[in-house]
Amino acid sequence: MADFNVNLRGVGSVSVIDVKGYLDAHTAPELENVFNKLLDNRQFKVIVNFDELKYISSAGLGVFMAYVETMRENKGDIKFSNMKDNVYNIFDLLGFPILYEFFKEEKEALQKFDSLG
Amino acid sequence: MNSSEQIFEKKLLVKSTTDNLALIREFTRSSAAECGFTEETIGKIILAVDEACTNIIKHAYKYSPEGNIFLTIKFEEGKFFISITDEGVHFDPSSIPEPDLVKYYKQKRAGGLGMFLIKKLMDEVNYSTLSGNKNQVVLVKYLS
Repeated sequence: MADFNVNLRGVGSVSVIDVKGYLDAHTAPELENVFNKLLDNRQFKVIVNFDELKYISSAGLGVFMAYVETMRENKGDIKFSNMKDNVYNIFDLLGFPILYEFFKEEKEALQKFDSLG
Repeated sequence: MNSSEQIFEKKLLVKSTTDNLALIREFTRSSAAECGFTEETIGKIILAVDEACTNIIKHAYKYSPEGNIFLTIKFEEGKFFISITDEGVHFDPSSIPEPDLVKYYKQKRAGGLGMFLIKKLMDEVNYSTLSGNKNQVVLVKYLS
């Protein structure tokens, strides 16, 4: 029913996850699978590109909360880019900007990873 | 729609599966649009209803797909009411603490975010227990 797609691509040492459509309790497991794959491959630097994401519920937000600490323990991070206002507002309501970095463009997030080595 | 005309009322009955969330959101969207809410407010109402139904699927029915979720939407005197009823395990909403993001971060978990969002997004949220062991939450948004 819910239309959701997730795509994984590598940009240098960074993994970029493109999310598209509707991220809810039904589709969140697809995103979890991608994060599990990244952990299996010991890829800890992650950017989630929200350019084509139309909708997110707390089930989707919970996925990022479940994995971010592990990424950081391994000198990586989960950074967010290209988020539409309606999606950002939900992250903001829950206080995510305290704990996560948000970038307008994916390349800015990539530069931040590059600057940290 | 003119509120002085007949009372707006729509009903939907779905099984307790997460693949019905898209249908629930569409039902909510079309009703709220018919009642004259802005796109921004419609987005808030949709998310609150999604969160409430997700909680029912997860906590009241513990992911069993056989449960019923009854939704009734009414619009009266500028107020949009969404009543969501289930026949699953009762839970006490006051027992859910306000989410603490920093604590969750350390514990690698996220619980209670949905209930917190519902409260933030809606004007009124009322939980009650009905006869026949039914649980009901009524979400209200004012058309202002």
